[in-house]
Amino acid sequence: MSNHLKDITLKIWRQSGPNDGGHFETYKVDEISDEASFLEMLDYLNERLINEGNEAIVFDHDCREGICGTCSLMINGQAHGPERATATCQLHMRKFKSGDSITIEPWRAKAFPIVKDLMVDRSAFDRIIESGGFITSPTGGAPDANLIPIPKPVADAAMDSAECIGCGACVAACPNGAANLFTSAKIAHLNLLPQGQAERYKRVEAMVETMDEYFGSCTNHGECEAACPKEISIDVIALANADYRKAKVKNRKQLARN
Amino acid sequence: MSVELNAKNPAGSLSDKWENYKADVKLVNPNNKRKFKVIVVGTGLAGASAAATLAELGYQVDAFTFHDSPRRAHSIAAQGGINAAKNYQGDGDSVHRLFYDTIKGGDFRARESNVHRLAEVSVNIIDQMVAQGVPFAREYGGLLDNRSFGGAQVSRTFYARGQTGQQLLLGAYQQLARQIGLGGVRLFNRTELVDVVTIEGRAAGIVVRDLMTGEITSHSAHAVVLATGGYGNVFFLSTNAMACNVTAAWRAHRKGAYFANPCYTQIHPTCIPQSDEFQSKLTLMSESLRNDGRVWVPKNPDEARPVDQIPEEDRDYYLERLYPSYGNLAPRDISSRAAKRAVDRGQGVGPLKNGVYLDFSDAINRLGKSVVEERYGNLFDMYERIAGENPYDVPMRIYPASHYTMGGLWVDYELMTTIPGLYAAGEANFSDHGANRLGASALMQGLADGYFVLPYTIGNYLAPMLNKPIPGTDHPEFKAAESAARERFTGYLNVKGTRSPDWFHREVGKIIWDYCGMERTQQGLEKALSELPALYDEFKKDLRVTGDGESLNQTLEKAGRVDDFFQLGMLMCRDALDRNESCGGHFRAEYQTDEGEALRDDDNFCHVAAWEWTGDPMSAKRNVEELNYETVHLATRSYK
Repeated sequence: MSNHLKDITLKIWRQSGPNDGGHFETYKVDEISDEASFLEMLDYLNERLINEGNEAIVFDHDCREGICGTCSLMINGQAHGPERATATCQLHMRKFKSGDSITIEPWRAKAFPIVKDLMVDRSAFDRIIESGGFITSPTGGAPDANLIPIPKPVADAAMDSAECIGCGACVAACPNGAANLFTSAKIAHLNLLPQGQAERYKRVEAMVETMDEYFGSCTNHGECEAACPKEISIDVIALANADYRKAKVKNRKQLARN
Repeated sequence: MSVELNAKNPAGSLSDKWENYKADVKLVNPNNKRKFKVIVVGTGLAGASAAATLAELGYQVDAFTFHDSPRRAHSIAAQGGINAAKNYQGDGDSVHRLFYDTIKGGDFRARESNVHRLAEVSVNIIDQMVAQGVPFAREYGGLLDNRSFGGAQVSRTFYARGQTGQQLLLGAYQQLARQIGLGGVRLFNRTELVDVVTIEGRAAGIVVRDLMTGEITSHSAHAVVLATGGYGNVFFLSTNAMACNVTAAWRAHRKGAYFANPCYTQIHPTCIPQSDEFQSKLTLMSESLRNDGRVWVPKNPDEARPVDQIPEEDRDYYLERLYPSYGNLAPRDISSRAAKRAVDRGQGVGPLKNGVYLDFSDAINRLGKSVVEERYGNLFDMYERIAGENPYDVPMRIYPASHYTMGGLWVDYELMTTIPGLYAAGEANFSDHGANRLGASALMQGLADGYFVLPYTIGNYLAPMLNKPIPGTDHPEFKAAESAARERFTGYLNVKGTRSPDWFHREVGKIIWDYCGMERTQQGLEKALSELPALYDEFKKDLRVTGDGESLNQTLEKAGRVDDFFQLGMLMCRDALDRNESCGGHFRAEYQTDEGEALRDDDNFCHVAAWEWTGDPMSAKRNVEELNYETVHLATRSYK
């Protein structure tokens, strides 16, 4: 049966727009069911704010099933809050207790400018994918899907990296604001597969260099892996680094030939 | 003025129609394609695949999404898989069998020609997605693995763990991203459609609202594609994402596009039951779980023993009992009603007695925990996070919830609505699933429409328009639509009542769920049709939207969407009331067999109801497209 938490204090970042300074505001939630999700608690607070004639708190969210990657939030300083391998939308109030004080902030990273309140702009991620996070395969000419057998361990490893939901927790958790986990997860997914070989080195070069335009550098803190709701391993960063080095050497040879 | 509903079915036998169509279709020379501009609204499977493919062909494409990134579209949440008639398992599958299963699953209320084409191109989809690097599950030999889904007796479902929708959408998104990078597609993110504009009877473009600034602007094009998903959120509680809405389709409807079969909604049997009054949405547990999970309830409504101490003889495995040949894999509509009846009889389980068990203990004993974990691990984890119980130890509790809408904008064989130049693709159209969709067929349809149908059919419309300029966005029709939209949004802000958009949404949802949900009656629908207009009046008088219209305002966005849900809800109930039969997801209690199964009336209702806007959803005009079955013999659907 559901229990109720009482006397929750929320310190929430409010910022009216990209150019506003922003500040923390404190809200009290007197009672909430422990079956409620964290975002349902914010819905409940927003309903109250609207009833009181105040503007609702803006936050990004959509599927509430932990797969679309829209939700964000630093909860008590942790990206997606205290539960491991869990996006904010799947976090439930049963992880908290009566009397708790909870600080809620937007993703903190220079590459993700704040739009309003708790919402940030993550379009730099799209720029990385646009630069090379794909396999060029125009519609129409694909050969039969079973033509190239892919060993199960390879397909599984590609899938492990492909699970990334693009939420940006890795960047928010990183002291350097680096996007190496996000970028390398896509590189690993595509570079592991036979279909991805044709563009392997071109891809890694383009993606890493686009990433560097927006994000900080990786210094192997490993915070990204701990924050990732899909538990993507930082091994993918090593894989991408290895491919990037090879790409640089290969391309230098090619340049010399021309 | 009413439009004649011409499905434009191509000549020839069913299996020749698509080939014949392609042989006759008008083409646009590669060098001329860049002279045409196409707008694609929505970037889910249908929208992203259409936008990417049209751009590859050389058309100028403008793509719109209200999300921050195209990758957020709700296709991403599909779990179980995608069907294709590959027959890789050699278990008797074929294009014809997938076609027939889909027609039968839809309770003989879909158009034969469209469904057959869907089955034909299903095989191309798998090839295309594998070429793009979608990491489908594989056997140890390296070939693709399949599983079985409801309503089929073959294994034709391809899957990527429990995240097939995610992997397919990311594939389509990456293909779209490549085109964005190359300049073939211009992307407008965080931009929501607020109106469709027609000039001289043709689609001329759209009016959009920039969600960041509230600015309302127009975009014109030679053709417009709506790939904006379904309207399942009309129920408030559904498995849809929070932002899913009917606005694009509804605004098109108000501009002359007929809305077909709005009462055909799918209630998915396996969702996590509601746990409290704050619930904002319901979470689906993939249908694939029914491959290995067994559905049961205690025979005794007053059962008090813990679940693991209820002996076999006191359990009612009601799906296996009622439908022995399909068992736990009976189609969704049938499984959902069976669950509702069990709960209504008082046999429900869980603290609120509002669920049935989905039990994996037999599968764990037979296959071992590690196999079950490999197949469903992420779903089990998700269940535990939400319900707070471990499904390896305790059976899952599930209950039906709104999940998918088969109804949508009426389209012909070319996926064109009744407005020339306006197309609808994916869940936004009505065409392929009849009165009930089979599992793993939504992903198939979205990708079929976007990759393999629209790129052919749009050319047929565009070819004769070569060198004809598109109307400028300063045309009076655009200006009128812009000011109407501005007025509408300012209007929401100016009501200054006492209730939030969410409050109204919840109330509409309750009415629709109670009277136009899993079981409908004449009396209930009439009640809904008297309550909805009254509540809608209250919405107009008592809505409260805080904040302003010149910056990001999620409350204001929501108000616009709820407005359209009200109007759609009325049309749904009217459609359900006028369809005096039961078929698929539309179950009218008055029309059932002695055994409680849906009783169709093929003499009077073997048709599509396509509703025409007349200024008020309560007085919409019902038009009919007769369904002529040339190949399939109409039969009573039996899964026994």
